[in-house]
Amino acid sequence: MSAHLKQDEPVTSNRLDGMKQGIVGQPLSRVDGLAKVTGTAPYAAEYKIDNVAEGVLVTAPITRGEVTSIDKDSVLSMPGVLAVLDDERLTTRAAQGTANEAPKQDPATVCYWGQPIAVVVAETFEQARDAAKHLKVEYRVHEGAPLDPHQVAPEEQEDETVNQGDLDAAMARAAHTVDVEIATEGHASAAMEPHAAIAEWRDDKLTVYASLQMPNYNIAELADSLGMEESNIRLVSRYVGGGFGSKLGISEETVAAAIAARELGQPVRVVMSRQQVFQCIMRRSETTQKLRLASDEEGKLDGFAHHALVSNLPGEEFAEPVLQSSHFLYGGENRQLKLEVARIHRMTAGSVRAPGEAVGMPALEVAMDMLAEKSGVDPVELRLRNIPDRNPEEDLPFSSHKLADCLRQGAEKFGWDSGPRKPRQQREGEWWIGTGMASAARVHNVGEAKAHVTLKSDGTAVVQSDMTDIGTGTYTIVAQIAGEMLGIPIEKVLVELGDTKHPRGPGSGGSWGAASIGSAVYVACEALREKLAHRAGTSETELDLRDGSVVGGNSLVELLDGEDISEVGHYEPGEIADSHTASGFGAFFAKVRVNRFTGETRVDHMLGAFGFGRVLNEKTARSQCLGGITWSIGVALTEALLFDPVDGHLVNCDLAEYHVPVNRDVQDVDVMMMEERDPVASPIQAKGIGELGMCGGAAAIANAIYNACGARLFQYPMTPDRVLAALPD
Amino acid sequence: MRPFAFQRPDSLAHAHELTVPEDATAVAGGTNLLDLMKLQVETPERLVDINRLGMTEIQETADGGLRIGALATNTATANDDRVRADYPVLARAILAGATQQLRNRATTGGNLCQRTRCYYFTNIDQPCNKREPGSGCGAIDGIAHLHAVLGTSPSCIATYPGDMAVALSALDATVEIASPDSDERSVPVRDFHLLPGDTPCRDNVLERGEIITAVTLPRPVKAKHLYRKVRERSSYAFALVSVAAIVAVEDGVIARADLAFGGLAHKPWHDARLSELLVGEAPSAALFDKAGDLLLEGARGYGENDFKIPLARRTLAAVMAEATETEI
Repeated sequence: MSAHLKQDEPVTSNRLDGMKQGIVGQPLSRVDGLAKVTGTAPYAAEYKIDNVAEGVLVTAPITRGEVTSIDKDSVLSMPGVLAVLDDERLTTRAAQGTANEAPKQDPATVCYWGQPIAVVVAETFEQARDAAKHLKVEYRVHEGAPLDPHQVAPEEQEDETVNQGDLDAAMARAAHTVDVEIATEGHASAAMEPHAAIAEWRDDKLTVYASLQMPNYNIAELADSLGMEESNIRLVSRYVGGGFGSKLGISEETVAAAIAARELGQPVRVVMSRQQVFQCIMRRSETTQKLRLASDEEGKLDGFAHHALVSNLPGEEFAEPVLQSSHFLYGGENRQLKLEVARIHRMTAGSVRAPGEAVGMPALEVAMDMLAEKSGVDPVELRLRNIPDRNPEEDLPFSSHKLADCLRQGAEKFGWDSGPRKPRQQREGEWWIGTGMASAARVHNVGEAKAHVTLKSDGTAVVQSDMTDIGTGTYTIVAQIAGEMLGIPIEKVLVELGDTKHPRGPGSGGSWGAASIGSAVYVACEALREKLAHRAGTSETELDLRDGSVVGGNSLVELLDGEDISEVGHYEPGEIADSHTASGFGAFFAKVRVNRFTGETRVDHMLGAFGFGRVLNEKTARSQCLGGITWSIGVALTEALLFDPVDGHLVNCDLAEYHVPVNRDVQDVDVMMMEERDPVASPIQAKGIGELGMCGGAAAIANAIYNACGARLFQYPMTPDRVLAALPD
Repeated sequence: MRPFAFQRPDSLAHAHELTVPEDATAVAGGTNLLDLMKLQVETPERLVDINRLGMTEIQETADGGLRIGALATNTATANDDRVRADYPVLARAILAGATQQLRNRATTGGNLCQRTRCYYFTNIDQPCNKREPGSGCGAIDGIAHLHAVLGTSPSCIATYPGDMAVALSALDATVEIASPDSDERSVPVRDFHLLPGDTPCRDNVLERGEIITAVTLPRPVKAKHLYRKVRERSSYAFALVSVAAIVAVEDGVIARADLAFGGLAHKPWHDARLSELLVGEAPSAALFDKAGDLLLEGARGYGENDFKIPLARRTLAAVMAEATETEI
């Protein structure tokens, strides 16, 4: 049986609030936690498969050109080497998120330094790695590949362009203006688990154990890459050691493992080295952003312009959506927004945690801080004055809007001093101390999702979907929703995820997982409740379930009377997604220290206050926010992909040299979550959470650096050398 | 990683014998070497594990100094009561490096032999005169953020990345080396590492088959010991600039100023002229500036790392100000 809900209308009342157990929202520990900490949760490369051969990708040490010959004999006689494959179906880039089709193939054409061109398979990993390094490959190099986004004529992304009113006139008549250029550097996802796959064929059926965020799309991408039917493929991704966008689309190791396993007639495992993950998986594009703000005496915006230049390889559709929240965060009648893409030969740019706002908001919110200073309006008050009633470009209502509450309550909890703000007011020894703040915004997304829920005759439930849990807590919130709706404790709910033999979930990405799969589970459970109500001789709305029984009536076991009942819940976003603007909102506050001799910045305290609809699990939601704030610290202070100016290769391609924040960089972090129900965002009134925590936080740190020491920086990350260069005398 | 033989000698003599041939490399903690083997930067055919040679003791010397065995772990050294009491600059430098897990494995001798973190050295598809003599230097026209500003050569601008050796240089420690053909030789740590010149493949003075047996510290002196490491994140990062300082002030004038610098050169940088300049003078901002001028007299930036020159000057001033309790 199946139940379908396409959300065309707001959901203003909700079953989840009327339930007797109150499981949803509780700060429960992850149900998969024990398996993970005891090492019994298998990650992609860890499945016990007999007779597995090991594949290692061979990558090109040229920027652009063609493979003219591969001397397979140069390694075939090495110990243990089984095969060298340069099959034309090998993929050379990862698929973009939700692509649903094969990524670029043709390994003989090289478009970036480090691109996979072949795979070597051997009996052991070490043999394969050694052979991959020794394989003799000849190339015809195409010199002069553009590497610098500023040295090519960019392409305008016309669907992002907004020209509303007359910005120049607004700038000319404004009491206060800001006109500033701010740059951000590339970022890596740097997920803990490297990309890995084990492929195994049985006749014409392929099973791949892989590290994937979206098996629901990945299955089509793999089928298309291999030229086969989806129905002959099974993908398994039960546990994923972090994704952050890097595993949205199928990537090179998965396709290579499938091809090699077919060719050799035995299972093949391909695991990328850490360096390969950095060099041939998605990067976040660097950006150059120009912001112009025009306000009246009181800081109210009349003009708003945000232009961004990003980059990608020729032929890639993705353009870092820098302006995503700029379209609606603040008012201003006169608006200009423009996004341009420079075509250069660095590896593919794609989704990395919070694509768009992760870098757009840190730039916008520095510009707002400058406007606050110029207009003499407190930075918190300035944001409050500029919150629009409706989307200022499309004249749409907001689904819900907690920015003002986040700003006010966050400021109060942080102890924000709304008095006059001047830099260099506080010093402790070598350290200047300062505070800063920024707004947070991240568009809300949802995706079609199905989940199969079975209530078994013994009073336990099973939920199945190919949805993934990439460390975010999906197993747990799914168990909470099903347990809540069916009136059973979560210990009696078995959740099976990450396997395409189950119905299609939404996949994890764009912070849409919880709201989407949660809604599918909710829809299935509502239908199951109808059946139970019928058996109990009541209506679904009157059915009160608790601890495995109808309150004051029969137990579920009695009602089911030896029969299992099941439903596939099918949730689809509907028209309501087009008639509203839905976004998570929030506010960041930061206190930093800047060393007056060395320019080192340390973050002493950060507070994030967020409104993102219903919180399904206070603990896992808070953990997502802590992760986002940690990313904010990285964006602000340390993270930058460094590309060689001569051949464009990524030089800092491991976790020792690409600096994510370490424990000691993340000191005192506070998270406030606003109580909210968003009737438009999803049937369970929840919005995306994961990414909001990094959408603007870096600017709170940047603004605090300015407040601390008077150095206004226009380039992230704000490393000691840059701080020193910007210090006033 | 290539296949390799693994050998475990029980005596120094046997260790010498095994490590003299070019195809062998000695390994102790392996925290640096194994990573480089995975990247095929290091490709020994034989790995000679010297962990059975003892050499883990930390003991006082006849003249009141301290002898730290070559196989004492960084953790053991940093936690040793005598090191903490009498040579705190060494404990501080060690604890500023790596992570607890790495320090538990890393040894005194191995740490001295730590290889550079230059991005071009660790990528075998890039030119590097240190890894492959004559292949060129990718860093000079490339990403040189981490690179040297003192003592560079047209062949190499790599830095020695460690912290411990910078403190040892300030302490004027001695490296004891057992040689295959003679008994023992002693080399001041300040002379142990080499500048790149036109042979950047040589990091230090060790000859084939030689094995570091200990590092000896001179008698402790009464002074303030500081180790300042400047870096983008607060742990698990190599120094942009570091300063080890042993400084004493008596009667308002500087009585001792032994300084060494990390992150600036192919070796821990020690310039005897700094001590001569500072000792006997009253501490002041102007004096520290002069010291900075002297230190950086021959400094040369390569674009990306130009910032290290002012950063070194400022860090030197900050450390001297702290050590002498001078407000600047």
